[in-house]
Amino acid sequence: MALDRIDPPPSSALRRRLLQGMAALPAAALVPPLLPHAARAAGPATAAVNATGLAVTDDAVTVGILHSITGTMAISETGSVEAEKLAISQINAEGGVLGRKINFIQEDGASDWPTFAEKAKKLLVKDKCAAVFGCWTSASRKAVLPVFEQYNGMLYYPTFYEGLEQSKNVIYTGQEATQQIIAGLDWVTKEKGAKTFYLLGSDYIWPRTSNKIARKHIENHMKGTRVVGEDYFPLGHTQFNSVINKMKLVKPDVIYAIIVGGSNVAFYKQLKAAGVDLSKQTLMTISVTEDEILGIGGENIAGAYACMKYFQSLQNPNNAKFVPAFKAMWGEKSVIGDVTQAAYLGPWLWKLTAEKAQSFDIDKIAAASPGVEFKGAPEGYVRIHPNHHLWSKTRVGRARTDGQYDVIYETADLMEPNPFPVGYQ
Amino acid sequence: MFMGYSLGDLGSILAMQGFAGLVLFSVFVLMALGLAIIFGQMGVINMAHGEFMILGAYVTFLCSRLFAAYLPGAFALYFFLAIILAFCASGLLGMAVEWALIRHLYKRPLDTLLATWGLSLILQQVYRSIFGAREVGVELPGWMMGSTHLTEQIEIPINGLIVMVLTTLITLAVYLLIFRAGWGRQVRAVTQNRAMASAVGIDTERVDRLTYGLGCGIAGIAGSAFTMIGSTSPTAGQLYIVDTFLVVVFGGAQSLIGTIASAFTISQARSTMEFFLSGSMAQVLVLLSVVGILMLRPQGLFVLKVRR
Amino acid sequence: MTESSFSRKDMIAVLIFAAFILIVLPLALEPFRLNLVGKYLTYGFVGLGLVLCWGDAGILSLGQGIFFGLGGYCMAMFLKLEASTPAATKIQSTPGIPDFMDWNQLTALPWFWRPFHSLAFTIAAVPLVPALLAFVIGLAMFKRRVGGTYFAIITQAIAAILTILIIGQQGYTGGVNGITDLRTLLGWDIRTDHAKLVLYFISGGLLIACLLLAQLVRRSKLGRILVAMREREDRVRFSGYDVANFKIFVFCAAAALAGIGGAMFTLQVGFMSPSFVGIVPSIELVIFTAVGGRTSLLGALYGTLLVNWAKTTFSEDLPQLWLLAMGALFIAVVVAFPNGLAGLVQENVAPLLARLRPRLRPVPSATVDAPKQGAVR
Repeated sequence: MALDRIDPPPSSALRRRLLQGMAALPAAALVPPLLPHAARAAGPATAAVNATGLAVTDDAVTVGILHSITGTMAISETGSVEAEKLAISQINAEGGVLGRKINFIQEDGASDWPTFAEKAKKLLVKDKCAAVFGCWTSASRKAVLPVFEQYNGMLYYPTFYEGLEQSKNVIYTGQEATQQIIAGLDWVTKEKGAKTFYLLGSDYIWPRTSNKIARKHIENHMKGTRVVGEDYFPLGHTQFNSVINKMKLVKPDVIYAIIVGGSNVAFYKQLKAAGVDLSKQTLMTISVTEDEILGIGGENIAGAYACMKYFQSLQNPNNAKFVPAFKAMWGEKSVIGDVTQAAYLGPWLWKLTAEKAQSFDIDKIAAASPGVEFKGAPEGYVRIHPNHHLWSKTRVGRARTDGQYDVIYETADLMEPNPFPVGYQ
Repeated sequence: MFMGYSLGDLGSILAMQGFAGLVLFSVFVLMALGLAIIFGQMGVINMAHGEFMILGAYVTFLCSRLFAAYLPGAFALYFFLAIILAFCASGLLGMAVEWALIRHLYKRPLDTLLATWGLSLILQQVYRSIFGAREVGVELPGWMMGSTHLTEQIEIPINGLIVMVLTTLITLAVYLLIFRAGWGRQVRAVTQNRAMASAVGIDTERVDRLTYGLGCGIAGIAGSAFTMIGSTSPTAGQLYIVDTFLVVVFGGAQSLIGTIASAFTISQARSTMEFFLSGSMAQVLVLLSVVGILMLRPQGLFVLKVRR
Repeated sequence: MTESSFSRKDMIAVLIFAAFILIVLPLALEPFRLNLVGKYLTYGFVGLGLVLCWGDAGILSLGQGIFFGLGGYCMAMFLKLEASTPAATKIQSTPGIPDFMDWNQLTALPWFWRPFHSLAFTIAAVPLVPALLAFVIGLAMFKRRVGGTYFAIITQAIAAILTILIIGQQGYTGGVNGITDLRTLLGWDIRTDHAKLVLYFISGGLLIACLLLAQLVRRSKLGRILVAMREREDRVRFSGYDVANFKIFVFCAAAALAGIGGAMFTLQVGFMSPSFVGIVPSIELVIFTAVGGRTSLLGALYGTLLVNWAKTTFSEDLPQLWLLAMGALFIAVVVAFPNGLAGLVQENVAPLLARLRPRLRPVPSATVDAPKQGAVR
């Protein structure tokens, strides 16, 4: 009974093609006229920049924002949404992309991976978004990746992550694991004379892969250093007293902590309560940004070292403009963490790439991305690598009691992104 | 793993580890007590338990802000007021919920579970709208953080001590209330035979409302206390709910003694195993043994005979 | 067990539903929306099981997500093995095993993955693995007369434990990411729009088959015993029936249905993750059924479609408000309309119909009218 209806009903497919055609018609017919806004430089004709039926009109282009604003991940993803909206409004104020104003459609992934996939599909198939800025956890990215590859969309993904992935349809604006980890380990070994490391993490792919890379680097690539312990805790774990005792026994030179989410707060509060003085015990983390410190409380984590590419306190002209702009839009009390800044890069990189390609078409954007540089990046300067990750510097910051970091070290050169690091697998 | 450490080192670690186990035990009891009272005495499962806890945490957060702004001199002591306020806020909300929702459902206990889950969704969203999606940092007075040195090597976390003292006091109070006071007799009478209790003149509706309020209030205290050891965010209640349910189920839901015994067993097992194994592995092993024991003894460790 | 066990009215209601999902929706909806409906239909399988288990027999399981997830994982394991050919995974240090195993330093396929090379085994495992787990849980619980709320929270605890297990054992299960990037079924690309359409009709057809099967169970003596158990367990026991066996049976049947739903879900969505196994999805599945009407098979299906449709629509426009609305809806349904949509229809529409077609007996509670389509769209 079901089988004889397998053929798609012709009407809907036909209707869709008709609708698509109709959407393209006015553009084709009205190429030269339609006066652009006075302030805006006239962009190239729509038919020229949009050969694949994206949501681009003569004066507007539609993009998608896909983050969790409800559910457990809303804690982390709020900052990314804010940064992306700020970037879009700034780009619009400067005249938009290829003479077109950016409109965005925001969808809620609700901290649920299938929902992310569903909404990604909606943004691509129904809304025809020219680019999507979004996702935060690796799981949500893994869930949407097949959707972006199948329907040929463009995702700008902001979070530092474990690597082991590369796609034509994704630009990774955060650091992959080797970029973030190796420089920090080298620094702590050289500056602190650290010999022994205790690796901690929440139990999922990012901390596990990151610690694997850290362990390989500690054991194989540095001299005289070793790992004296490695422990993982379920996501949302709130009791760390046992592992803290274990560390007290082992007395590692460096505690290397990759704990995420609500567990973070519990870990640092209990660490402090157990009398571990972070001014004497070196602790390095790659998972605590200024955003997380809001929940942890600056007094509980002061003295810890964090290794990532951006800190709000970074001194450079770009950041001196970015921080006040962010605060003006989202409130004086808001803070900016590494991922928030990386999310801010997304719309800008897309704009620069579209202007380089003179097109919104996904294939052309993907092809034009390598080599695109963004000199206005709050972190200083970034450039897209052929593997669609960013060249960026890695920095070490030390947490202050007011919830900010003092930047105490940065790599001299840009670190090359290497999502499939040989020798670290 | 004990090679190469002096006996003194090992001894002090053992002492600290024993203390950590006790702290975990207190945390579990505090989490589960409210739920166990409501479930044990009323047969109602309060799925919004975690959200009542977080209400307590947010009350503590507001107190800390108010004291920091208006009474900085008394900041060191705000926590005591916060605990009382958290109890009142969660308790009152609990009584309101009982009045508006639960009392219509006593004949359908399974439905209370669904209704309170709906309530938990609403509360989470309300917190998110009021306090924002991000975590809030609850600043604690300096004397509550840090540790005290018993000997040269043995350090005892002060927040752990506070949780232990608080749990002991509350457990004692609940014990006196339910097993020694007249009101407790009424509660137990209603538990054992509602119709008969009503027939001898006990106002069962009032008893129910106060019981529910008490359970929720204790959840509020727990939430307030957990600002010392955990995070405060709209969804943080979910972090505790799994452990809470496990403790109650494992203990045999009708019995407070069972709840305490089960909290002790699970916490000691977890704390010991976490020391020797990886945290994740320890959790899995503990959970598997809990399931295994539940399969052999599904009614839990302790069962109270109840006439239905 | 013949046509006579269905009343004509039931058949008409089923036919209307079949026409609705197999003809009306495919014609009315664009492919993207239709694929979403296909996803909702897979939850419908769970709903059918819950009506049997919860509505009829009075056993509330808050662990249906476990069975949905297990069925889904069985299917996902098969698809993942097919996607992990040595050629496709040659950049790994151990080619030929799923990518996440390689990331977790596994060098050989674990023993419990091996049988999933076979599609026949997988198809058998989809209902049987969940049913087996349900059997073990049921045996332990029902033989000792554990039931009611206590059973509900034990199933919930098991759901939580299983989630932690799956997330913790990421080398074997894919961890929190789940099993992703599933491509083909016996060489047939399941990601294309056409494949999605085919899968939609397979889901719909299977769902209707399961619906008829469930109807059959309810109409048999077994179904009447289940209802009797819900109402007066002791009397059934005193009449000489072994109550526990009936409960175990219906719990296993519900688990098997959920497993089938999970497998269809994996096929349509293209991945499976532990986020279906936990407490929250399990309760959501129960809520869908509650909204539709826990004692009506068709009601549960319409309820599932309606709630999910509303969830998708509202969360596109007003995500914050949606949570409030959903919470309020659940409370309202539980407190004011315990029989859900089907109950409303029965109270308001059925009398109208009865006036048109006079009948002698009142409708027994188990034979509730299907809500008219107006109630859904």
